Amino acid sequence: MSVRSVVSNAYRSALPVVMLSAVGGLLAGTILGGMDTELRTVRGLLVMVPAFLAIRGSVYGSLGSRLSSALHQGLIEPIFEPNERLVNAVLAALLNGLAASLAAALLTFGILSVLDTSVAPLRVLVFIALLGGALAGVALTVVIVVVVFVGYRRGMNPDDLVGPAMTTAGDIFGMASLFVATRAAIALL
Amino acid sequence: MAESWSVPSITRALLPILLALTALELVGGLTLGSFEVTLLQYPTLLVLVPVMIGTAGNLGSILSARMSTAFHLGLLSFDPTDEKLLGNTITTVLLAVSVFPAVGAGGWAIVAVTGDPQLSVWRVVAVALASGLILAVLAIVVTVVATYTAYRAELDPDDVVIPVVTNVCDVLGVLVLFAVVQLLVP
Repeated sequence: MSVRSVVSNAYRSALPVVMLSAVGGLLAGTILGGMDTELRTVRGLLVMVPAFLAIRGSVYGSLGSRLSSALHQGLIEPIFEPNERLVNAVLAALLNGLAASLAAALLTFGILSVLDTSVAPLRVLVFIALLGGALAGVALTVVIVVVVFVGYRRGMNPDDLVGPAMTTAGDIFGMASLFVATRAAIALL
Repeated sequence: MAESWSVPSITRALLPILLALTALELVGGLTLGSFEVTLLQYPTLLVLVPVMIGTAGNLGSILSARMSTAFHLGLLSFDPTDEKLLGNTITTVLLAVSVFPAVGAGGWAIVAVTGDPQLSVWRVVAVALASGLILAVLAIVVTVVATYTAYRAELDPDDVVIPVVTNVCDVLGVLVLFAVVQLLVP
């Protein structure tokens, strides 16, 4: 295989995925760009953004590849009914996502306090991390389960769908959830 | 098999990696926090933040997935003239050159529709392209080093390299954006 054919194959298969997820990233950026008031009000929120988005990507990417492997192995059926394995995997994703979000809030508050930078009260950051994590978790569980099951039923390899679906939906729903949670925190706390 | 589908066993496998990457991503977050004033002044740069992070991580994860597969199939050698290594390296740079200018122009257009972008479209495209090229080179270096390290340590590159490379590239996305903005935005 020549270098030219490696490049041509790799470029053609990767470009649509990279472009699609760039569109998702720009939509997430549009939400973030509209949050300047919230960012000024809740100091430390911007510091949590990359961790918050990355946690969604890892947790729900891992859920997607777990479900996709299980379909290939016949461990679960692609039907939308509660099944013990499916419920456990979804519950574990939600709980791990919340635990990591909580850790992000605690670390952000701790580090910014040590650096003597102005930072919102701990309860505000924790509230945003947990509510945002729960909202994004519900939305992304629906997206991942639907994409993997429907893709599998239509004869597609769900392994190929998980990555692009996650990088696109993860950024958009992650950012939108963070926005709603921050609005709620400003209104309630 | 049923055991590995319980909440505690999934958590044991997932949570340690998740906490480590959360700590790593905070490096990126703290960098963002350090130039928050500039980002709030130029909304276009704020719009670019998630997409720069995401695209950098994506380039890294695509390259590392391809290198891991080539490695498993015994098709990869760590020789600079290796066709797979060279081909995938060139592809990463070509993808960066294709995607990042589009991302810069797209981000500028979104802000121009709703308000005043404050920066010219050329400056935003220049920031996106310069950051993208630097990130492509860094993504290649990180991926090759990580795949080689996994190979030497006899670890499965699929388990280790992809999460490490994706998150390191996320953080580098912010660091490079920060450096380029310092140079190109007055």
